[in-house]
Amino acid sequence: MLKEWFTEGIPIAEGTEWVTDQITDIFAFLFDPIKEHFGNFMDFASETLMLVPPVVVMIIVALIAFFISGKKFGLAAFSVVGLWLIDNQGYWEHLISTFTLVLIASLLSVIIGVPIGILMAKSKTAEAIIKPILDFMQTMPAFVYLIPAVAFFGIGMVPGIFASLIFATPPTVRFTNLGIRQVSKELVEASEAFGSTGTQKLLKVELPMAKATIMAGINQTVMLALSMVVIASMIGAPGLGREVLSSLQRAQVGTGFVAGIGIVILAIIIDRFTQSANSKEQ
Amino acid sequence: MSKEVKALPIIEAKNLTKVFGKNPKQALDHLDQGLSKEEILKKTGSTVGVNRASFTVEPGEIFVIMGLSGSGKSTLVRLINRLIEPTQGSILIDGQDLAKMDKKDLRQVRREKLGMVFQRFALFPNRTVLKNVEYGLEIQKVDPEKRTKKAHEALKLVGLEGYAEQKPEQLSGGMQQRVGLARALANDPEVLLMDEAFSALDPLIRKDMQDELIDLQSTMKKTIIFITHDLDEALRLGDRIALMKDGSIVQIGTPEEILMNPANDYVERFVEDVDRSKVLTAGHIMKRPETINIEKHGPRVALERMKEAGISSILVVDSKRNLKGYVTADDASEARKKEVRDLKEILQTDIKQVNKETSMQEIFNVINGSPVPVAVVENERLVGIIVRGAVIAALAGDSEVNLEHA
Repeated sequence: MLKEWFTEGIPIAEGTEWVTDQITDIFAFLFDPIKEHFGNFMDFASETLMLVPPVVVMIIVALIAFFISGKKFGLAAFSVVGLWLIDNQGYWEHLISTFTLVLIASLLSVIIGVPIGILMAKSKTAEAIIKPILDFMQTMPAFVYLIPAVAFFGIGMVPGIFASLIFATPPTVRFTNLGIRQVSKELVEASEAFGSTGTQKLLKVELPMAKATIMAGINQTVMLALSMVVIASMIGAPGLGREVLSSLQRAQVGTGFVAGIGIVILAIIIDRFTQSANSKEQ
Repeated sequence: MSKEVKALPIIEAKNLTKVFGKNPKQALDHLDQGLSKEEILKKTGSTVGVNRASFTVEPGEIFVIMGLSGSGKSTLVRLINRLIEPTQGSILIDGQDLAKMDKKDLRQVRREKLGMVFQRFALFPNRTVLKNVEYGLEIQKVDPEKRTKKAHEALKLVGLEGYAEQKPEQLSGGMQQRVGLARALANDPEVLLMDEAFSALDPLIRKDMQDELIDLQSTMKKTIIFITHDLDEALRLGDRIALMKDGSIVQIGTPEEILMNPANDYVERFVEDVDRSKVLTAGHIMKRPETINIEKHGPRVALERMKEAGISSILVVDSKRNLKGYVTADDASEARKKEVRDLKEILQTDIKQVNKETSMQEIFNVINGSPVPVAVVENERLVGIIVRGAVIAALAGDSEVNLEHA
């Protein structure tokens, strides 16, 4: 067999496929209900959001923007004009689908990423193991994740979420780790010297101190999730990305541009929202 | 300076050792063989932080651990509350060995017995001053009303009642360190560990804080372990001082013992630049006085005595050695010519008096411009006399000052 490896090449591709098949078979009991229930939940979420009239959404977004940007009109005005433009171009439903995907993918990334980051900060061994995995996850071209995602979850929103999770979680993990490790040694000592338990130290000192850094990581995660959502349209995830993809396939520059603008507007709004939520805390 | 009551030590360190590095065991063996810190670093790559420190701290004393940076003093204080795990040795607090405790007991001891104040204050920037002071109580789950009350009391102690709702960054350095002190006091610990607590403050604020700490200590009777690299600070605060070098304690003693009898060259070099005028007191430099008794002697005897001793004035006391004043040689010979018998007629009472604890600095001011020597008096009784020459000799580092009087 060894000789074959040298003459014919090591069958990495075959091996990976075999492993993926095995995982698909073995965890089918897990993947199928996720595909079904989670898919239903996501459909429900985006359909519910679509029921809200665009005007109401615009007003709510504008109000939030006004307050989190420190009572300035810039962000609020931009949000209203941007959202109105998307609605005007007839992409409202796509926008909501994309937003739902980004929101849920980001939430899951944070829920998974922060604890892993904490684990990394607390254990050198964990850090040594997880860091190369993160590097791997981030440098692998995002399209590659679509393939096992389809194998596990078929097509639609759920594999889109899965692929974004893998692609978008690393920044949250990294920044959580970094944030906690950066907490001043004296502060950690102070909390220990007064007799804090490990949990108290984490909740009362380390996480509050690391908050700004963790938020920066979450901001990155949200942006990555957004970019992944576009790619995920290739496996049937609905939203603005799908419009971009279909214009590409039909060589319709105009439609592609408008859908692209829609993504840019959404990206700017989300980015400013998560960033000002952070700076307000400081 | 000796303690009247000998109580059991509150803290007792025995052979406390810390080796940083991958192979502490080997380093310990080398230490046993008597190798130096540098040799061990070269041979094993391990750094000896603290080398077999043994000392005891009595309840209510200010025990200063002093050394230059890198001498291991900050490591030593962290071994006392086990922020750093000792490699060897034991640290007894009220007889319990901290080094052998499990995490839960250790937490309990930290909560109840040990408070700590940090060099860079280590206040939680996201909490208000009050919430900072409450921290120790909060993690013990003391109910909110009670802990707020205690925190306010602690803030009052350090004179920061009005600042409860401020954030630490809004306060000056000195005030921040008061918050740090209040935070440590709020738990009402038996022992305060102060790691270079005043080193980050500017010199004037630092003096104030030192004075306040001494005041606080005298009213609250806390045991304080104070780390510093500043000998002046050590001498000002310490009941006893432990001097550290390369991780080892080279001398433990009262400020006087350290200054007067340095254990080795290192200590001697250290104390060389100390401003002796701040440390020496009247008790150190006073001499046995020549006196005459106002009830028995007249001008003739006074003159006789002065002639014998070669002095131009002599102190006058009564039978109980209470200081009455002095007579000068000029007045005495005048009186003898005029056949005056009673000393009272030529007695001068404008003599400068100090007590044994008066510092040299003050004596300097007093003695300057005084034609007669300064009398050292205790409860009206004359105990000694200070002549100008002795002051200058002491300032010049003359070691012939007599410690027996101290």
